Parts: sequence; C-alpha cells; structure tokens
Amino acid sequence: MSTTYFNEMYDRGEIRLPYANLETWQRDMPQELRNLKQAEAEALFRRIGITFAVYGEGGDPDRLIPFDMFPRVFTHGEWTRLERGIKQRARALNAFLCDVYNRGEIVRAGKIPARLVYQNEAFEKAVCGIKPSKNVYSHIVGIDLVRTGPDEFFVLEDNCRTPSGVSYMLENREIMMRMFPDLFRGNRIAPVERYPDLLRKTLASVAPPKCDSDPTVVILTPGHFNSAYYEHSFLADLMGVELVEGADLYVEGDFCWMRTTQGPKKVDVIYRRIDDAFIDPLCFRPDSMLGIPGLMNVYRSGGVQICSAPGAGVADDKAIYTFVPEMVRFYLGEEPILQNVPTWQCAIPEDFAYVMANLDELVVKEVHGSGGYGMLIGPRASKGELEAFAHKIRERPENYIAQPTLALSTCPTFVKDGVAPRHVDLRPYCLVGDTIELVPGGLTRVALTEGSLVVNSSQGGGVKDTWVLAE
Amino acid sequence: MLSRTAENLYWMARYLERAETMARLVELGTRMRLMPDAVDGYRNEWDSILQASGTADGFGRKHKDTVERNIVSYLFFDHENPSSVFSCLLQARENARIVRTALTSPVWDALNSAYQEMKEYQRRPRSEMDISEMTEWTTRQTALVQGAMNATMLRNDGYDFLNLGYNIERADNTARLLDVKYYVLLPDAGYVGSGLDNYQWTVILRAMQMHRAFHWAYGGEATAAKILDMLVLNRQCPRSIVSSVQGINDHLDRLARGYGRSTEAQSRARMLLAELMEIRVGNILEEGLHEFLERCMRDMADLGSTVHSCYLRGSAL
Repeated sequence: MSTTYFNEMYDRGEIRLPYANLETWQRDMPQELRNLKQAEAEALFRRIGITFAVYGEGGDPDRLIPFDMFPRVFTHGEWTRLERGIKQRARALNAFLCDVYNRGEIVRAGKIPARLVYQNEAFEKAVCGIKPSKNVYSHIVGIDLVRTGPDEFFVLEDNCRTPSGVSYMLENREIMMRMFPDLFRGNRIAPVERYPDLLRKTLASVAPPKCDSDPTVVILTPGHFNSAYYEHSFLADLMGVELVEGADLYVEGDFCWMRTTQGPKKVDVIYRRIDDAFIDPLCFRPDSMLGIPGLMNVYRSGGVQICSAPGAGVADDKAIYTFVPEMVRFYLGEEPILQNVPTWQCAIPEDFAYVMANLDELVVKEVHGSGGYGMLIGPRASKGELEAFAHKIRERPENYIAQPTLALSTCPTFVKDGVAPRHVDLRPYCLVGDTIELVPGGLTRVALTEGSLVVNSSQGGGVKDTWVLAE
Repeated sequence: MLSRTAENLYWMARYLERAETMARLVELGTRMRLMPDAVDGYRNEWDSILQASGTADGFGRKHKDTVERNIVSYLFFDHENPSSVFSCLLQARENARIVRTALTSPVWDALNSAYQEMKEYQRRPRSEMDISEMTEWTTRQTALVQGAMNATMLRNDGYDFLNLGYNIERADNTARLLDVKYYVLLPDAGYVGSGLDNYQWTVILRAMQMHRAFHWAYGGEATAAKILDMLVLNRQCPRSIVSSVQGINDHLDRLARGYGRSTEAQSRARMLLAELMEIRVGNILEEGLHEFLERCMRDMADLGSTVHSCYLRGSAL
C-alpha cells in the first residue's frame, strides 16, 4: 500500500513540538536500561494485578495487556479543541437519548429514520417515559477517536453504556511516573488523577429524587470472572464505594438495599458495569442470574439511579452513529467540532451496492459488534476472505456498516530493536452529571504488530500513557 | 461492610489455615513412617492421615494404592482434592482477589506471591520434592501473609471477620490433627503408654512445631495426658483449642462493641469457652478422645453457621 500515515512525532523529518523532549530521552536510553524498565513495568502491572482475560480465547486468565513505555503526547491547543468536541458530542448523545425515550422529536422531524431507533436491538421499550435525574442517560461517555493528520480527528465510535479501560489510563500514568520521574519534571504534563473523584462527584450529582441525604453510591459488577473485574474493583477502591454483585442487592418497598454485616443499607446510585439485559430479570431477561428482581420498578419510581440509564445503548449503535453530527445540529444548534468517519449502511440499497463493489478498500463492521471481532479489513483480506464476507453481508445487510480504511496516525513505539511507528487511537472518558467534565488524557491503544490497524486489546493491541501538555 | 466482603475475608483466612494444616498433616505422616514398623508398616499411618483430614473417600476414588507418593501428591497438589494445599491457596487467593480493596497491598502481595510460587513448584518433577521442604515452604508462606495482616491491616470489622475465620478453622484443625492419633491403631491395648504410643504423640507435637514449647511448658517426659493438655486446654499454647475459642470470643466481642449489638454468635462462643475452661484432661479421656474431638469439630461447624446467619447473610435482624 502506498498510503502515507501521519507520524505524531516526526512530520516530514522534523520533530513535532510536543515530542521535542522525548527524542533525547529515547535516544539516550541504553538498550539494557530499556529492557530493565520494561521488565519493571511488567512486574508492576502483574503485582498490582491488572490483567485482562480475553473472551473465548482460553489460555492464561492472568494475561497482561502489553504496555508500551513511549508516551503519546498532545499539545494544550490540540487538546482544547478535542475537549470542546468531545463534550459537545456527549451533550448531543444525552439529548438524543432523552428525546427518543420521550417525545421523539428528532424522528418526527425526519432527521433519523424511525426504524433505526425504535426497532433497534438496544432500544428498551421498558424505559420509555422515564426521566432519569438531571435528564442524563449516559454518565460516562467513551468516544473513540483516530487521527489522520495534524488537525484531522475522526470519531470512530461512541460508547454510551459502560466504556472500559479507564483504569489503564490511571495506572499507565502511575507507572510512568514511578519509572521515569525525570520526564515528568522536565515536561509539564496535566494530571489525570482527579478522575475517580470526578466520577464519584458525577454519580452523586445524579442521585434520585427520593434520596434525601448523602447518596450511597455502589459499583455493580458481574463478578470476579469478568474480564474487566480489576477495573471495577480499582474504581471502587479509588472512589471509596462498595463493589457489589447482583446477589448483594435486593429490592424491598420503594428502595434498593445492599446486604451488609450490620443489616440492610439503602443504595441510591448504582454505577452498573453489566448489560441492560442483566439488570432486572423481571423486566429484561428472565433467565438472568445476575440481576436484581424489581430494580426497574424502584428506578421508575425514583428510588434509585442506574448509571448508565437502561436503554442508553441505542445512542452508541453503529447504525445510529451516522446521525450523531445531525444530533449536534438538531439539539444544540451548533456545528459538530469532531467529524464522523464516512459510513455506508449496508441496509440502504445504494450504500450496499457501493460496499459490494469496493469491498477490498473498506473496513466492514457488525452493527452490534465490539472488541474488533467479526470485522473485515478489506485491503488486508485475501480473496477468499473477501468472498466469504460478501456472502455474510448479502445474508444480513442490516447487520453491517462499512467505512473507508483510515490512515490512522502513528506514534513511536518501542519494538524489539529500537523504536518504530505503530498505529494508535484514543479513548477519552467524558463524565456527564450536573456538569460535564473531562480529564486531560485518555487511553491510547496501539497496534503492536507492524502495519496492523487493529488496536483492540483482544486482538493483540497494547496501551500507552497519554499526555496532555499544560499551557 | 458488605456481607459478601466479610464472607470472603472469613473464608480466605479459613483456607489459609487449612493449607497450613494440610502441610502439617503430610509432615506428620512422613514422620510417623520413620518409626520402625510396628505391625502393618506405614499403610495404616497414611490411612489415618487421610481419615483425619477427611480426604479418604476422595483419595480412594482416585488412587488404588496408599503409596506415599500418591498421597503426598494428592494432599499437596491435586486440583480435584478441595483440601489440598494447592486448592486451599488457590481458593484463598480467589477470595482475596474478590475483595482486593478490603486488603492492604502487602497482604495481597504475600498471598499472590505464594500462589505464583506454588504454580512453579507444581511444574517440578515430584521425585525432586522434599516433603519437609514443602511443609516448611507452606508454613512460611502462611506466616508471611499473617505477618502482613498483623502489620498493615486496619483493626476494623474486616480484620475481625478475618480472624474469626482463622480461629474457627484452627480449633477445628487442631482437633483433626489430634484425631489422627485415634486412627493410628496400636497393635493392641497393651501398647497404650508404651514407647510407640508416646512416640506417636510427640510426632503430633513436632508436626505442629510445638515440641520445644512443650518442653519449656511441661518438662519431663512427653505423655499423652500432658500433650493433650497442651493442645486442647493450655491457654498459653497458640494452637490449642481453648486459645482458638478465646480468639473467637475476642473478635466476636469486638464486633459486638463496634456494631453496638450482640448476636447469638457471642453467646454460643461464650458457652464453648466456659466449658473448655472447666474441664480437665481426665474428663476428655472419660468421654473418649475421639468422641470429644468430634464434638469439638461439630461445635466449630455450628458456630461457623451461626456467624454466617448473624453477619454474612445481610438480612435485617
């Protein structure tokens, strides 16, 4: 392929400003020291217990996500623009959710096809007409961004349910500060450590109407077999709230209670890290062992706040994604600051024809897929793979969307014999409560295989510390 | 504190104590084997270990022969044996992992390292294993974890549940270790009080690393009565049943003070302690040692379920 990629450190032979100090750091680090530091980082991660179990892959449940020590850097100016764009998008997504579960103005106005909203798998009829406190549905919005040039950023997808990975943002920073304190002395790097406090503040700010004292916040986890369990317990610890499982909670009267050694304690805000389907077996999936029977009744009557609100998933669906810029215009009356990647909906006949004709140049994704599973990268696929995928699309066109293969920017990354460019993306975590907050940073994921564009940790991606330079 | 958190702390401690006891039992079996054969060779000594640890059925299903190598491997490493040292450490670590936030990092570090080392041990060929080394390794690891707890953990309710687990399990386990003696048959009644009989008793002391302490406390010849007194009724002995029951009382009392209410668990524990402080070795032998020990184990099981229903279910009281 002849595509050229934007290198975030070297632009036409020149070192870009944010990386100026890293050039000498990297050059002056002898190989032995580098190996030593890498081993130290790994030992720290393992000791802290940050591991990542990959669904369906078997193998070592204590696998580590590879950590790359070369930081990824944004200037203050770059970040300011991103921040405005991210917050704008988070506001629009929440306005959309509030709208579609109530009057559905955007559908009436003909801006989004009704079918895409109301027949969406993620649309929860059960929550129609319920207004969560402060009208916020998605309290933690993870917006996946890619960069293709100095000023070109695209939103790859939105995560309105329970985006994960924020523990890596915090731990990567912690470990970098521990291993390379001089780097932090020499560069003015905006701190990210406020995140847990902001998260707690955000969750407390959406306490339900019936809560008349200091709200009790809990994190609801599917349990310690879940691949993100470490993150759940990490956040609970940093926020100083209980980490509960479904069986720790029950409903009695108008409230939700948790079982403690001193008897029942009322719970006001549940930051749930489980899917809608598992919240309440009486309302969603009757065969679920994970949920709390009756919880939705308490939610409906204002006895508890569930974060993100059930049904929030309809906003981050890949088919709805196309319409987010429209939402920004419709609800906020602003022009979108962040661009979408052009997207073809295979369900639309013209788009379908285009996708079929250009399959070898496109990336095709499942509408409800995540984690980099079940996707096709046209330019990298063999003829056989292309044909097989074309067949799948023909079978269920509404299940697929296609996007051009983006020229993802690269960031210098430590490889076996030195430093080489590898493709990266970025996931910042925007908090929405009575205010909208964004810590300066996020999770940078890096495709460690040469030439690979897939950064998902389930597909061999790694992570980096992400710096935003102070003004 | 969340009931489930308390429960995990409680079980984590129980599994750690159980791992240690398992290792001590294996040590006990090995030492008894070193004694010149009385009648049946070591067969009945290993049988007695399996009986006392409650693993005889499981072992019987898996192995035909009570060969030392099979037994050691079953009691130390076997995943299918829920009471093997490995299974216990695995369970303890799993419990700890679930409640990571209720533990300090030195405690987690100690436990996690023990688990990682155990995985290493498992890869080594069995023929290279030295049983005493394995026992020492186990007791060292559990001591490291306990040391970390004592040095770094807040003395809050979590600490009390942890220690309840330790003490309930320890009382049960000391009874089990003593019960081995019941299962090791002497050739006939004439051997009671003989050299062989006394040797078997002292081996129990050694396995519990109490033989020196015994000489300091009692002096003279080690007799069954003195050893029983030490391991059941002596309040100075840290592993005696009475000390464990005292520990249970201490921690239940702390909980009652902290929570501002007493439960059935306190009254039950108090009754058990009162009885143990009353009786003498003679009473135990009158009742029958085995019968007495079985009663102790039953009492601990009952107390365990009372603690569970009073604190770990989270229901209104």
